[in-house]
Amino acid sequence: MAEVRLEGIVKEYGAVRVIHGVDLLIEDGEFCVFVGPSGCGKSTLLRMIAGLEPISGGNLLIGGERVNDQRASERGLAMVFQTYALYPHMTVRQNLAFGLENIRTPKPEIESRVAEAARMLKLEPYLDRRPKALSGGQRQRVAIGRAVVREPRVFLFDEPLSNLDAELRVTMRGEIAALHRRIGNTMIYVTHDQVEAMTMADKIVVLRDGRIEQVGAPIDLYNRPENRFVAGFIGSPQMNFLPCEVVRAGADGAELRDAAGQTYHAAVDGSGLNPGDAVELGIRPEHIEAVASGGHPVQVENVEQLGGESYLYCRTPQGVALTVHMPGQTRLSRDQTAELAFRPEVTHLFRQSDGVAMPRLVLGEAV
Amino acid sequence: MAMAQAQGRSTFGWLVGRRGRNGFDLTDWFAYGFLGLGVFLMLGPVIWLLLSSFKTEAALQEFPPTLMPMATQTVMVEGFDVPLPLFRITEGEHEGRVLAQIRRVGLNAQMVDPADPETRITVNIAHREPVRVVAVATENYTTVFTRFNFLLYFWNSTFITVVATILTVLFNSMAAFALAKYDFRGRTSVFILIIATLMIPPTITLVPMFLVVSQMGLVNSHWGVIWPAIATPTGVFLLRQYMLTIPDDLLDAARMDHASEWRVYWKIVLPLSAPALAVLTIFSVMWRWNEFLWPLIVLNRSEVFTLQLALNSFQGELQTAWSNLLAMTVLTLLPITIVFAFLQRYITQGIAQSGVK
Repeated sequence: MAEVRLEGIVKEYGAVRVIHGVDLLIEDGEFCVFVGPSGCGKSTLLRMIAGLEPISGGNLLIGGERVNDQRASERGLAMVFQTYALYPHMTVRQNLAFGLENIRTPKPEIESRVAEAARMLKLEPYLDRRPKALSGGQRQRVAIGRAVVREPRVFLFDEPLSNLDAELRVTMRGEIAALHRRIGNTMIYVTHDQVEAMTMADKIVVLRDGRIEQVGAPIDLYNRPENRFVAGFIGSPQMNFLPCEVVRAGADGAELRDAAGQTYHAAVDGSGLNPGDAVELGIRPEHIEAVASGGHPVQVENVEQLGGESYLYCRTPQGVALTVHMPGQTRLSRDQTAELAFRPEVTHLFRQSDGVAMPRLVLGEAV
Repeated sequence: MAMAQAQGRSTFGWLVGRRGRNGFDLTDWFAYGFLGLGVFLMLGPVIWLLLSSFKTEAALQEFPPTLMPMATQTVMVEGFDVPLPLFRITEGEHEGRVLAQIRRVGLNAQMVDPADPETRITVNIAHREPVRVVAVATENYTTVFTRFNFLLYFWNSTFITVVATILTVLFNSMAAFALAKYDFRGRTSVFILIIATLMIPPTITLVPMFLVVSQMGLVNSHWGVIWPAIATPTGVFLLRQYMLTIPDDLLDAARMDHASEWRVYWKIVLPLSAPALAVLTIFSVMWRWNEFLWPLIVLNRSEVFTLQLALNSFQGELQTAWSNLLAMTVLTLLPITIVFAFLQRYITQGIAQSGVK
């Protein structure tokens, strides 16, 4: 049992509070990803769980036991660092064995565990090399191997892929996900890359300024962002936001109008809204369709054709930038006028005052 | 162009490299002149010491001095018990002959031809000059071992140097580790305090330090020399600056690997500080080996003397055994030269890297 429970976790540096009472339960065997922009406190939170940063307030329980006052070396966790942090003066074999030597594991067992980890991570040919003689991907695997050999209760990953090139990143993403399926330990993974979060996580924790914005399964975060921040953070390219004014709102939907007089319909529960309220209509680039007529007119400012998919960068008469992601190729080109259709069932609606999302009535994404 | 030339040259090409393409340029003259002067200034005294250490006591007293160790050639002549010095006759009826001198009487010398030992010849002393050959007085060195117990002093010096260096490196690196890698209240003040002690001349602390050492009963003990020497601000500063360049992630990784703080220090920080440790080792060896004033005060009995003190004791109030003194000086220089030769490649590396950041 290695569930990780955070109860009102607070971090203060002097008078500055950087983590504001985080409550979170990460269940045994779960792959949990902390995601957020830089400086949101996700790495600090991870280091607090690891025991590398003292906890200023609240309780941290691992496997039901309060570990606030335990040292990093006593918590039985393993961590993979962004910089890999391989010991440069030791060979790969010594790097892998170091943790086991520290807990006085018998020699034969160290050897067998190192051999197993090396086999699993395809590191066998490099065991007697120094980290300096390895490529980025190999170093990354050694760093993971160093965590694996110790059979820790919880794995912690601190932006482990950010130093790799794009292609390796995709490969390693797959390897870490496969590792999790194979050994089934609890894993906590910090990243600022929402693609990593979406592809690997069982549960995503979106953080901003030391507070949890939303916790949930990746697809739930995509479909039901609770606020404008999460909506903007999850999904790539970013969701489009159109500032509007409420014309009519009720439990069955909302009618909106923007400054240029265009009207929109959103399939959300708008019970809390009153006519005249300032809101933002959210629509993802992949949910906008170009239509021949009857849509909202926009000016096309740039077109990116990737062959299999296309991106349009447009501007509404009101002056708001809109990104459109469409499958296949397009005939539209720069400086043309296009008409775009927003289906009400794929739109989101956020109150401008506090960014809170109105509950969606239907999920238009699933086919 | 100069680069291409330099690359094209053989291993020792740099030794004769020059700027002018055909013959010597003006800058070449300046460069080689300057370098030559540097070599003379640096190496001259050492070579002079080395050559002089092989001179006999008589040759050392000679004026004007000779560069090479010279001595008057001697020969065994039949009928005489001791070897006789040889002279070449420069004037008079015997001009050009080489004769052995039996004794000097007033302004004349009584001489004999080694080939004809029966005939005595009298020569004016102004009409003869000694036949000189290069003679290496190795007895300077052998007496150092036989008469002066060089090995005892050598052992004393070695013991103090080795033990003090090990302790210096150990304690200074622990202090540097704490100052570089732990965030505690007053860290900067402690560091500044340590650095500040650099500004106090050692002569000022000499007397209080001696009082402490004598109260602890360490006078005439090697430990009396070792303990006061091991805390060096230079060492702490050097190692701290170097350790700052070791990424914190490595230490955190070791902590996650169940390493205690001692293991972090011993297995991660120390091995990674090797270049800086080598620099401090060289410094410490040189300091302790060459140290004079402090041992002079603490060590009063000759059986605990270091080499430097033993050297000093050759210099009597009235008489100085220069030949032995010089020979022992050469022997004293040897170990430090060897240590330096082996570790010098770390010096630039260690100093350069601890200067960064």
